[in-house]
Amino acid sequence: MEVNSIGKGIVIDHIRAGCGMKVLSYLGVDTSKDTVALIMNATSEKHGRKDIIKIENLTDVDIAVLGLFDHNATVNIIEDGSIKKKIHLSLPETVKDVIRCKNPRCVTSVEPAIPHIFHLVATDREEYRCEYCDEITRL
Amino acid sequence: MTLQGRSFIEPPDFAEDEYEKIFSLAERVMASPQDYAESAKGRLLATLFYEPSTRTRFSFEAAMLKLGGQVMGFSGENSSSAAKGESISDTVRTVACYADIAVIRHPKEGSARVAAMAAGIPIVNGGDGGHQHPTQTLTDLMTIRSEKGRLTGLKVGLCGDLKFGRTVHSLVRALCRYEGIEFILISPEELRVPDYVKAEIRRGCGSVYREVERMQDVLPELDILYMTRVQKERFFNEDDYVRLKDRYVLDAVKMKLAPKDMIVMHPLPRVNEIATEVDADPRAVYFKQVRNGMYARMALILSLLGV
Repeated sequence: MEVNSIGKGIVIDHIRAGCGMKVLSYLGVDTSKDTVALIMNATSEKHGRKDIIKIENLTDVDIAVLGLFDHNATVNIIEDGSIKKKIHLSLPETVKDVIRCKNPRCVTSVEPAIPHIFHLVATDREEYRCEYCDEITRL
Repeated sequence: MTLQGRSFIEPPDFAEDEYEKIFSLAERVMASPQDYAESAKGRLLATLFYEPSTRTRFSFEAAMLKLGGQVMGFSGENSSSAAKGESISDTVRTVACYADIAVIRHPKEGSARVAAMAAGIPIVNGGDGGHQHPTQTLTDLMTIRSEKGRLTGLKVGLCGDLKFGRTVHSLVRALCRYEGIEFILISPEELRVPDYVKAEIRRGCGSVYREVERMQDVLPELDILYMTRVQKERFFNEDDYVRLKDRYVLDAVKMKLAPKDMIVMHPLPRVNEIATEVDADPRAVYFKQVRNGMYARMALILSLLGV
């Protein structure tokens, strides 16, 4: 299958196979008028299979948060048809309004209009701590 | 950094030297309360108690009144706009238009942090669900300091409901920053300390912990035994509460196993976990904790108001 290269935008590569849809959903580009391509289960030398996302024109993305979905993915910023910047993702130190606390006793379950904030506590175990109740969430 | 204008939501909000300043001030107030009888004159403390409380609310109110200040507030969420569905943030923003400082107790974990983010005046956490209770920790540290003469090199047994026991969570978080603390966590498996508290011990200043189920096995080696109540209000299922509530009862027979200089602490209220016969034992210091609590809170109010 062939997908054309883009002149300007971002390419998120090496996404763990099966996670591309989650990343796309976070980016919220379903109503975008720009060209968006999600390639699932592409051949990968490193991982056997991978997902790839290409979005034309979009460059204004909170790239750090993308690491939450797959911190082994890479983000290529494309300008004038070539890679201007290559970013290797990692788990973000702080995440706001992406994940929710699972503790039913947490204040976030009742208080409206407060940011849902999590802090990274263990990279190897992919664990985040809720800012309010300290409950540990594993990704 | 000055304590004036700051909030006190969790023990790590203050550094060890700031705790020392508060303890020193509390001791000066205790020694000479008349010197501070008008220190908070013209200042207003709001007590926002969405949950029942005897000690904490009275202690804060007594502290403010003895400093010459005034108090206002509510007790029980049905007597506030929370009954109409008002958010914590909005209630606190409103109160901050009248009061100089506020203490909040709320059943949801993290509620005091939300209040502090919204308020613009110093907020003190008077207990947020099963999460934290930092002013009880002030009281506990002050009691340990005065009874044991140090906050380092202690073997501390914490017994009972360690899962929902907010006083335990706060005390562990504060004590593990002092050198050489060994925690012995005595609880049934269902009521063990949350993972985040254990992680805090591992990150602490050389502190270690072990988890056991039988109190009798470890009593002979303790410097401090901190008893807690199994809290009915924290259980979603009453059968679990009934099964676990009388798991640990400290009585005169068990006290014979404890060292002569061990102290018994309890944040109170107690139900059955300490037999009343233990009250007469000189090692029982839980009513001293109550007295210390008022002075600790007086010192805290003075520090946060900067008066």
